[in-house]
Amino acid sequence: MVSFLFKRLIQSFIVMFTVALIAFSMFRFVGDPINNMVGQDTTQEQREELREQLGLNDPFVVQFLRFAGNAVVGDFGISYKFKVPVSEMIAERMPATLELAFVSAVLALVVGIPLGVYTALRRNGVISKMVMTMSLFGVSLPTFLIGILLILFFGVVLRWLPTFGRGDVVDLGFWTTGFLTKSGILSLILPSITLALFQMTLIMRLVRAEMLEVLRTDFVKFAKARGLPDRSVHFKHALKNTLVPVITITGLQLGSLIAFAIITESVFQWPGMGLMFIQAIADVDIPIMAAYLVLIAFFFVVINMIVDILYYAVDPRLRTSDGS
Amino acid sequence: MKLRHGILAATAAAAIALSAPVVKAETFKFAFQGNLSSLDPHSLNETFLLGSLNNVYEGLVLYDDNLKVVPGLAESWETIEPTKWKFNLRKGVKFHNGNDFTAADVKFTWERAIGEGSDQIARASKIKNVEIVDDHTVIIETPAPNPILTSDLVNILIMDKEWSEANNTANATSASADNSGNFANLNSNGTGPFKVDEHKADVKTTFSKFDGYWGSMKSNVTKIEFTPIKEAATRVAALISGELDLVYPVPVQDWKRLEEAKGVKPLAGPEARTIFLGMDQGRDELLYSNIKGKNPFKDIRVRQAFAHALNLDAIKKKVMRGAATPSGLMIAPQINGHIPELNTPYEYDPAKSKELLAAAGYPDGFEVTMDCPNNRYVNDEKICQAVVSMLAKVGVKVDLLAQPKSKYFGKVLATGGYDTSFYLLGWTPGTMDAENVFSSLLTCQNKEEKKGLFNLGNYCNPKIDELTAKIGSETDQAKRNALIKEGFTILKEEVGYLPLHQQPLSWGVREGVELNQRADNALDFRYVVIN
Repeated sequence: MVSFLFKRLIQSFIVMFTVALIAFSMFRFVGDPINNMVGQDTTQEQREELREQLGLNDPFVVQFLRFAGNAVVGDFGISYKFKVPVSEMIAERMPATLELAFVSAVLALVVGIPLGVYTALRRNGVISKMVMTMSLFGVSLPTFLIGILLILFFGVVLRWLPTFGRGDVVDLGFWTTGFLTKSGILSLILPSITLALFQMTLIMRLVRAEMLEVLRTDFVKFAKARGLPDRSVHFKHALKNTLVPVITITGLQLGSLIAFAIITESVFQWPGMGLMFIQAIADVDIPIMAAYLVLIAFFFVVINMIVDILYYAVDPRLRTSDGS
Repeated sequence: MKLRHGILAATAAAAIALSAPVVKAETFKFAFQGNLSSLDPHSLNETFLLGSLNNVYEGLVLYDDNLKVVPGLAESWETIEPTKWKFNLRKGVKFHNGNDFTAADVKFTWERAIGEGSDQIARASKIKNVEIVDDHTVIIETPAPNPILTSDLVNILIMDKEWSEANNTANATSASADNSGNFANLNSNGTGPFKVDEHKADVKTTFSKFDGYWGSMKSNVTKIEFTPIKEAATRVAALISGELDLVYPVPVQDWKRLEEAKGVKPLAGPEARTIFLGMDQGRDELLYSNIKGKNPFKDIRVRQAFAHALNLDAIKKKVMRGAATPSGLMIAPQINGHIPELNTPYEYDPAKSKELLAAAGYPDGFEVTMDCPNNRYVNDEKICQAVVSMLAKVGVKVDLLAQPKSKYFGKVLATGGYDTSFYLLGWTPGTMDAENVFSSLLTCQNKEEKKGLFNLGNYCNPKIDELTAKIGSETDQAKRNALIKEGFTILKEEVGYLPLHQQPLSWGVREGVELNQRADNALDFRYVVIN
């Protein structure tokens, strides 16, 4: 177990380092940060001076090592545009993204699993067929379009829900939350549906396929033969056995919910990390871009590691093969 | 079952709550595409930042609703010598924290604006010294006679010396200096009609009326909420849904939607920004062309041919939905020094254009690459595409390279070594005076003297350099205007640039909201009235 963990840690570290390196080398192609940091009347001399002070004239390797060295101790530098430490900005923006991702994940599970079970049990029902057709839209429509359509319908035509932003948030000191105010909760609805839709349909289709598989197995037939009520057979025996892959996928998808919130956040002007990243690209705000990418890599690495450890704990076969 | 009831009840409650008007009469909410990057008035010389902070801080002089200079923190002024101006400061003016405004604050502000980390150095350098005569009089000395000093003073926003020193923010906020966490970056203390209640960079900024304001104003607004909204579609939807009172800019193609929607309307007007094309006239061989060994743009006939090939009316109609003002000058009518009789664009005449190209030795035209931003000006890339097709009609094959502004400016500006042969650029003179256009765009590139920094194609005529120097120091308005006219006439005859149009200001407002759409695209809160 210890050697396994140690191996995984080293691998994770290499992944993070590679992501940082690739990300950092890409920044040279985004444009010149200086022009976004000064006004049109600023002289050439001052621009050069600024470039020198920021260390942008140093060779790539020097710039990267300086960045990596600072990042290891949690210092991501100062935002070129906002002139505040990037770590502060991330801490300020993270609650928005995490709350959105959390609500979306819950939504995807709460809606996706029952629908999956239902469509598996009533394979030929009219409702099932409708749900399956609708789910095709969920998988194939781009997030951007879904977001805009939801805004138009619920925000502009019906005027039920806010079209942008996070509403009023309550500051708890270390965390700003939208869960405690009415406008905060209302503001969450459209973005979380937009973000959840893809995952929802994915989980639904996964549960349906697994259920169909499990329903054909002998132990389900046997359970039926024993005269157990349908309810018990479907939910106690069949569903339970489909949930293992669902949990795995959900865990892994949580990372992508956070990472792919970028589009949803920019459609809804949701003040999270994704929006900050998009803005940073336009501004060539290298410290923010670098910090964001490293952080997202970190999320993925941690989630993957937890999933791996869970497997290790759950599946004894892994342990024996490791030992041999 | 219980849960379902709960959800139903919540939805119903939400629907009822939201159908009632949310916007209180005295709160004004608006969104802009960009963000307010800092509250420090010396941190960045940018229109939106300065325009917004002009509501919080004030200069010795102010712009009125038509961009004319009017007294601000200085009640009156006079030139005692060509290079010395005496300003009589307003008495009884208080900063938001209650401190008195005095001459010491003026001197301190100038020192801060010209000091380390400031992006206002170019502006502050037009002042050589600030001398305190008494608490309410200063004498400002300029390095040379400067007829338009007051235009620069509008955006040198006065800060409180005592407050700045107490909060350790005597130097401007800069990403490079080690003064991160600069107090003035996130806090403010001005003399303006509004004070900042809360500022979350890139998320939201709220302002409220400053009760101790010295002046009177039209506005009846007590609270203002600003949110940056980057996506145009989201911005427009937020306006139509009634959540906001003003959004800008609105894409010109959405005007019809705003006209058809209830309770909102588009608000359009000419912006003081001129969009133009520039040509590399400096290099002996074009960088991006099939012509080797020479530079076609050095031949005036080729430049004339380009001028006659462009159909500005078609660009106005097809690309700008009728909202642009075709221009023959490098400055807009709002800019001091505008000459109406020179503003007629070059005549559209493709036949003449072909003749000129043939006479210049390019009967079959030639190839050239054009640089164009695609997220900087109104419909910038579409304008470039129109130009490409118009030039194709006279045989010039243009290869269009349209890029995001960060990439574009990185390539074509001095930092990229003026790496362009043919480009589109827009310009609003920061001083609202023609002199800025002469010194930035029309004088020959001169790195030592820091001139012609934005003359990307190095259009160069020593006579214009001479005139520029004179315009910079001539204090007699009539003589000065004659010099400006002479300069623009030479430019027009030589076809140094190809002006296209003044782009439209495109805002969307809720009906019942009155405001002033200033030609520099800035929002002056003093004119916002909610009925």
